Amino acid sequence: MSKPWTKTRKRAISSLITLGFLVVVLLVMNVLIQLGLVNAGVVDMLKFIGINIIAAVSLNMVSGMMGQLVLGHAGFMLVGAYAAAMFTNAVGWPLTASLTPALIIGGLLAAIIGFLIGIPALRLRGDYLAIITLGFGEIIRVIANSLTITNGAKGYYGFPTFSTRQDPATLFNFIFVIAAFVVFFSYTFGTSRHGRAVIAIREDEIAAESSGIRTTYYKLLTFTLSAFFAGVAGGLLAHQLGIIDPSNYGFSKSVEILMMVVLGGMGSITGSVVSASVLTFLPEVLRGFANYRMLIYSVLLICVMLFRPKGLFGRAELRVIKPYEWLRDRHRAKKAQKTGGGGS
Amino acid sequence: MRPIVLEVEDLSVYFGGLRAVEAVSFYIKKGQIVGLIGPNGAGKTTIFNLLTGVYAPTRGAIYLDEKSILKKKTWQRSQMGMARTFQNIRLFKDMSVIDNVKTAMNNQLDYTMLSGVFRGPGYRKEERAVSRRAHDLLDVMGLDAQADEYARNLPYGQQRKLEIARALASNPRVLLLDEPAAGMNPTETAELLQTIRMVRDRFDLSVLLIEHDMSFVMDICEYIFVLDYGRIIAAGEPEDVRNNPQVIEAYLGGEALGADDDA
Repeated sequence: MSKPWTKTRKRAISSLITLGFLVVVLLVMNVLIQLGLVNAGVVDMLKFIGINIIAAVSLNMVSGMMGQLVLGHAGFMLVGAYAAAMFTNAVGWPLTASLTPALIIGGLLAAIIGFLIGIPALRLRGDYLAIITLGFGEIIRVIANSLTITNGAKGYYGFPTFSTRQDPATLFNFIFVIAAFVVFFSYTFGTSRHGRAVIAIREDEIAAESSGIRTTYYKLLTFTLSAFFAGVAGGLLAHQLGIIDPSNYGFSKSVEILMMVVLGGMGSITGSVVSASVLTFLPEVLRGFANYRMLIYSVLLICVMLFRPKGLFGRAELRVIKPYEWLRDRHRAKKAQKTGGGGS
Repeated sequence: MRPIVLEVEDLSVYFGGLRAVEAVSFYIKKGQIVGLIGPNGAGKTTIFNLLTGVYAPTRGAIYLDEKSILKKKTWQRSQMGMARTFQNIRLFKDMSVIDNVKTAMNNQLDYTMLSGVFRGPGYRKEERAVSRRAHDLLDVMGLDAQADEYARNLPYGQQRKLEIARALASNPRVLLLDEPAAGMNPTETAELLQTIRMVRDRFDLSVLLIEHDMSFVMDICEYIFVLDYGRIIAAGEPEDVRNNPQVIEAYLGGEALGADDDA
């Protein structure tokens, strides 16, 4: 009977360590930013990493956990970007107050669009779903490009933003907390009854339906959730850049995010986090080799796919409990050695 | 008289010009183990797919506990008590053994998504209960020691067992087994025979099974239907079917059915 107890305890310790770790990182980062020890460029990079983590982890719910190939994720980001930017622009409150409702509105609008697209799209599987979501993503972009309220191809701008020079910390904090929440959400979702149903759909749709899983319902639910978080990521990106250019939210952006999911390992949340970080960081580092940048990038991708076809992490997760256990065991071993030594 | 659990009336399905199943009628009584046999391509698995709603029939009716289930979707039929296994094992391979079972218990849980995400009291209470029931079920099937193993890592015989366990997890009234003994050696087949009987008694259900292993079918089934070219050509108790000349003709092309057993 002791087994389930230790399991719960292990989980509790694990969550506490994770939470503590995140709080410490957030505090340290804020102190460093306030002291001016990290420059604006680095903070910007961290913000982009955070936004890409949100986008990748949300796509991982559909493509990794549920196994449905989606190529229109950037379209949902674009919807969220417009909705959030138009909201902060319209209400004219200080951005610290208006950003949260703006992101929720952006997410909700993206979720509604996702839901509507999902109804016909999720009847299809594999390549067909990929193509139809690709089509819808492009439709969203083209519409945005031609409407007047979005200011067309010139891009939508003039909405409030945080100045990177004067206030680099606030938006960073928003992105950090939201990214942590999305990771938390997708992990606990994945380990609830809903997550089991979703993973079962990936594993074998026919068997899942025969086991009583309402596959259409769960597909639509996950797709909508994923669109919601993509919308939030879009809203954050808009307020980071200060301009929404529809051409930045096209097919190549969708592929970029899908790449992060695939590279990290389909279904692995921490895999998505790590590869979103690396793939945001890498192009910047390679900027020095301007001409060869995309070449090096592609070669790296090919290498990963050749040597780790299931992605860096496969379906495994990084767990903070591991180093904790390692430290604890080492500590115990030392203690045992000491007492053993004293006895002899 | 035992009540009728599953009844099929005049069931037909055509795929273009192919009459895969033609005017099939049969019924299964409570607690019965019934066999569905026939040569390859006779339409046995197609009947399973019709019963579980994977295909829609061209004509005919299906009643589960006297209620028509024709309009119901596959997952609704599972909820109403129709569970199946597959000819080519279809487990959730990258999930643990216990999660395979818990997934099929999804309909018995009703905590909300938010309760699941934020680990609310509903989540904790129901997950504890479902975990206990899943372990109990695995225990009955002799798989509890492998509960945390990935389904893909189980040996073949245990994978077949896990499929049955997963089917049982949805509390079925009727269990459809598609070639449960395929690829098993005689020892495993004998064990499977015990398992199916135990499951029938313990979970109070009826079993319809497709199988090519004739001695197995003759041993376990109380009643047998023989299918050929989509039609039922014979039905009866094992002895009658075994000696039915039409069956012998269709099935073995002249040789006596189950001749090996008699020897």
